Amino acid sequence: MEIIMSVLAGLLFTAGVYMMLQKQILKIVIGTALLSHGAHLFIITMGKLNRGNPPILTEDVTKYADPLPQALILTSIVISFGVTSFLLVLAYRAYQTNGTDNMEKLRGNEHE
Amino acid sequence: MSNLVILPILLPLLTGIFLVFFNSKLAIVRMITKVMVIVNLIAVSAVAYEVVQNGTLVLKAGDWTVPYGIVLVADPLAMVLVVTANIVATACAFYAFHSLDEQRERFYFYPLFQLLIAGVSGAFLTGDLFNLFVFFEVLLIASYGLIVLGGTKEQFRESFKYIIVNLLSSILFVTTVSFIYAVAGTVNMAQLAERVGEVEQGGILTTIAILLFLVFATKGALFPLYFWLPKSYTVPPTVISALFGALLTKVGVYSILRVFSLIFVYELTFTHQLFIILAAFTLVFGVIGALSTNNIQLIVAYNIIPAVGYMILGIGVFSTTALAGSIYYLVHDMIIKAALFLLVGAMAAYSGTSDLRKMGGLIRHQPVLGWLFFIAALALAGLPPFSGFVGKLLILRGAFEEGHYVVAVIGLLTSLLILISIIKIFIKGFWGEDKLESVPSISIRKKVAPAAFLLFFTVLLGIGAEFFYPTVQTIGDQLIDPINYIDSVMKE
Repeated sequence: MEIIMSVLAGLLFTAGVYMMLQKQILKIVIGTALLSHGAHLFIITMGKLNRGNPPILTEDVTKYADPLPQALILTSIVISFGVTSFLLVLAYRAYQTNGTDNMEKLRGNEHE
Repeated sequence: MSNLVILPILLPLLTGIFLVFFNSKLAIVRMITKVMVIVNLIAVSAVAYEVVQNGTLVLKAGDWTVPYGIVLVADPLAMVLVVTANIVATACAFYAFHSLDEQRERFYFYPLFQLLIAGVSGAFLTGDLFNLFVFFEVLLIASYGLIVLGGTKEQFRESFKYIIVNLLSSILFVTTVSFIYAVAGTVNMAQLAERVGEVEQGGILTTIAILLFLVFATKGALFPLYFWLPKSYTVPPTVISALFGALLTKVGVYSILRVFSLIFVYELTFTHQLFIILAAFTLVFGVIGALSTNNIQLIVAYNIIPAVGYMILGIGVFSTTALAGSIYYLVHDMIIKAALFLLVGAMAAYSGTSDLRKMGGLIRHQPVLGWLFFIAALALAGLPPFSGFVGKLLILRGAFEEGHYVVAVIGLLTSLLILISIIKIFIKGFWGEDKLESVPSISIRKKVAPAAFLLFFTVLLGIGAEFFYPTVQTIGDQLIDPINYIDSVMKE
């Protein structure tokens, strides 16, 4: 199971890196979203899968899934959520102000 | 007693939250900021004095036993850096009152500023890798807000790249933490250090160490991961550049220092040798950038990179002398970079341009600014009476003692090139014929005062080196021997 999940996370990373190397701003944002999905999958995989019940204290259950990675993911998800929403608004404003969503055209040396 | 450890994080955090409510009343916001930066500086200095006198303070959040809860560790190294960060923050706050336009001030500059300080202090104090990630994000998200504040064309163009690079390295950080958790079963730094020591750091742990190094090297702008820094640091207003230049990259350097003196210290021939090679490249490439441009802000921004190179060199050499040198240089560089950004900003504000070719003869109009800049330039290059000398001397002496001659010579030559790059601003901007068409009516006295405040510490650190050196030497001793840190955290 861990192997399949690792391969899946690897595929997400590949797709994310490919998208980040595109020229269109929106594709780059999608790339970062894919990358963070990959990272979160890695966390849950690295905490070992399939260990037992959900980590809620109940009677007659002795084996639980590791609760720590789940807490880590939850933290990481809200952080990447905040950053992604900021990035989307920034992409929109940058498109409005600069008049282009092509990263190639967002070069330049001139300052104010 | 150990509850004092949270003060450097809690004070700016609460102030930041509080300031959000008074957003429209600028006079109140300024007054609260003025009072709170000073209160914070005094409080932090008191905690630091306590730590340096009586040893490390450890705060177990929620009274959980050590590896299970979050710990905040105020050891002398962290506290010295927190105090320095607060000195820089105080100067920047007072500069902001007199340099930012009202619209930017109204748009939550001060709350974001306070949150940035909270994030930086937290990153210095935390004793837990995942918590370090969270504090990194706290300071980065505040910096995202600050870098686009105002919304000019250039800011949008460069900040997008800045955010993408930092987001990528944050994702890599989370992934690396998950690898560490899979191998060692903990994210607490002290317990991690113990466990890595037990298994003598095999191949997989060295791989993780290098991944972690890549993350911090991106944040700290090391060769070849510095490409995002120079332009994105020059587009926001001066006071924000000064905050970034002084604090953000140094948090990356501190993390490398912490992780590679505490946890991953069993494959020195590979990891630390790599640092020395990268340090040499960082020194050379950073200084080439600084020599290549006529934009005064860009010159200062490029000079951040060789300074990071010196510190990484000290970490790579990994002897008590070199580590002490790195710490001295870290403190010196945080102060001097902020001072230089503020001085250069005042220059640009007075002459109305940041292009060196359009400047000249400023010394006739602003002699105080001129001579302060001269002192700052000498301190940056590391001339004897000022603070840059002591750190560089210790780092290079350490490098010579351990037999790294080539890189030490590169370091010496780089100092010369740094001096050329920075004194070029003085010669072309302050000397020569007067190129100002009319005498500007603006007063920059209140902008020069915060820079003078910072330069006072540069002189103090240089002349009073005898007084500060024993503390730094002790920190170096503690760093070289991780048992100190592990014991103070893991003991009941």
